Amino acid sequence: MLLKKNLLTDKLREDKWWISPMLVLFGLLSFVIYSTWAAWQGEHFWWSGGNEGFGGYLSPFYSPTVYIDPTKPGVPPMYHSLLGSWPEWLSWLPGQSPAWLILIFPLSFRFTCYYYRKAYYRAFSLNPPACAVQPIQGIPSKVSAITNGNINAFNSGNKYDGERGLLIFQNIHRYAMYFAVIFIFILSYDAFLAFFNDGRLGFGVGTFVLTLNPILLGCYTFGCHSIRHLVGGDLDCYSCSLYKDKVNHSSWKIVSFLNRRHQTFAWLSLVWVGLSDVYVRLVSMGIINDINTWGL
Amino acid sequence: MSLRNFKIYRGDDERGELVSYQCEVSEGMVVLDVIHRIQADQANDLACRWNCKAGKCGSCSIEINGKPRLGCMTRMNEFEEDQTLTITPLKSFPVIRDIVTDVSWNYKQNEEITPFSPSEEDKKKGFVMMQKDVERVQEFRKCIECNLCQNMCHVIRDNEGKENFSGPRYMARLASLEMHPMDRADRIGDIKDKHGSGMCNITRCCTEVCPEGIQITDDAIIPLKERVVDRYYDPVMMLFRKIFSKKERDKTKSKVSSFLKMFF
Repeated sequence: MLLKKNLLTDKLREDKWWISPMLVLFGLLSFVIYSTWAAWQGEHFWWSGGNEGFGGYLSPFYSPTVYIDPTKPGVPPMYHSLLGSWPEWLSWLPGQSPAWLILIFPLSFRFTCYYYRKAYYRAFSLNPPACAVQPIQGIPSKVSAITNGNINAFNSGNKYDGERGLLIFQNIHRYAMYFAVIFIFILSYDAFLAFFNDGRLGFGVGTFVLTLNPILLGCYTFGCHSIRHLVGGDLDCYSCSLYKDKVNHSSWKIVSFLNRRHQTFAWLSLVWVGLSDVYVRLVSMGIINDINTWGL
Repeated sequence: MSLRNFKIYRGDDERGELVSYQCEVSEGMVVLDVIHRIQADQANDLACRWNCKAGKCGSCSIEINGKPRLGCMTRMNEFEEDQTLTITPLKSFPVIRDIVTDVSWNYKQNEEITPFSPSEEDKKKGFVMMQKDVERVQEFRKCIECNLCQNMCHVIRDNEGKENFSGPRYMARLASLEMHPMDRADRIGDIKDKHGSGMCNITRCCTEVCPEGIQITDDAIIPLKERVVDRYYDPVMMLFRKIFSKKERDKTKSKVSSFLKMFF
C-alpha cells in the first residue's frame, strides 16, 4: 500500500497533452521574435513603386506613420507623417523605429485577451501546462534544473494568487480594446490607400494582403469578450424595454457569434498581420515583385 | 468479446494501491459497465458510485487514464484493445473508499451563494420571461453537478484554492442568478471577494471537461469577471454609473438635500 498522493499523480495521463502547449509556444515565440526584429529595423515598411503620390502599401506594424525618418530606405514621403520627422527626444528608441510606439497597443490588447491568457498560461507559465497536469510554477533558477528534468526545481514555492496579485493588471483589457478598435479603422484606411498608386486606382497582391488584414483583425477584435459585455452582456433583461434592449440583444448575438470563434480569429489575424509586414518588406526591399495592375 | 486490462485504485484517503484486473469487454460497453462486471465477478467489495447510467445524474465521475470523465459516458471502443485503463477517484476531493470521493465541499460552496431573490412586486404580479432572456440562463440549467469541472479546475486541483475560490460550477450558478431578469440581489461584491472570481486565470479546463458542453468560461466566468471590472476596476464605467444610474442619482440627491437641510 502506497500513499494516495504518490499514486494519484498527473503521470496517469497517457495522451500527448504536451503537443498543444508546444505548438502555442512555438507560434507565439516565433511571432514575438519576428515582430521585435521587424520593429527594430525602422525601414522598408512602405512601397509605392517609386511614386510619391496618393496611395501605397504600408506595413501594419508601422501604421499610422507617427514619425518618419526620411533618410532611411523604404519609408513613406514626409507628407504621410502625422507628427513630422523623427524627434530628438525619441533618439533612445532602438533603431529609431516608430513601430515601438504603435505595437504597444495591439500587444497590450493581445496580452490581456481572454483567449491568449489561456494560451500563454498553459504554454509559457505552465500553470497548468494542460488540463489535469500539475502546474510547474515559477522560473527555473538553474538551467541544469531543466536539463535534469527535475520538475520540483521549477517550483518557486509562491502561493498561487490567480489574477488577484500581480496579474490584476489583466483588468485593463477593455482599455486595450478601445485602442485596438481605433487600429481597425486606421488599418482599413491603409487598405483603402493600397488600391491607389500615385493616385491611380488599381489592385495587386499587396492590395489583397492589406485588405484581408483589417478584416481578420476586425473579426478577432469585435469578438472580444469585453465588447460582448459592453454591447449587451451586462444586461439582465433583453425584453424589458421596447427598443433599446432589442438593439443590445442583436449586438450581443452578433458579437457572440464572433466570440465563439475568438481563438480561430486570434491565430488567423496574428499570422496574417505578420505576413502582411513580411510581404510589404520584401516588396519594398525589391526581393519580390508585386503583381499588380499599375504596371500594365 | 475481448479480454482487456484494468488498474483500479483500491484504498482510502491515506493509502491505497492500483490493483490489476482483467475483464471481458463486449461491444457497446462503457467504463461503468466494466467496473460493475469486475465488482460482480472479481471484487465484490469494490466501492463505486452510480445512478442513472445515462449521463444525467453526474454520480459516476471518475478519472480514466488521468482524465476526469463520466464512467457511464466513456465507451470502451475509444481505447486501443491492448491499452491498460487506469481508473482512479477524483483527485481534488477526499477518497471515501476506492473510487468514491467525498464531494460535500461543493455543496458547502452552493450554500454560500445568495439565493434567487425576486422583488415582492414580481412575486405578487408574476413575471413574464421572454424566450431570449430564458436562453441565456437556460444553458447553466443543463449542469448535472458531476463536479468534473470542480475536479479539473487547477485552482482547486493543484493550487489549494479551495479556501478562496468556489470553483467553475458555482461561477456558472452565480451567472445563472446574476443574469436572471427577475432576480434583484447584488452578488458582484461576493463574486469578487467570497467566491474569488480573480482566482480563475482562464485556462478553460472546466469548459473542456464539461459533459453537457456548457461554455462555463465564455458564458459564465468571463461575463462575471467583466461585471467585477465594471464595478471595481473601470473608472470610466464608475463615473458613467455615477452620472446616469438612477439609483446613484437618487443617492446623490438625498446626500445633497440632507447637506442643504443643515443650513436651511
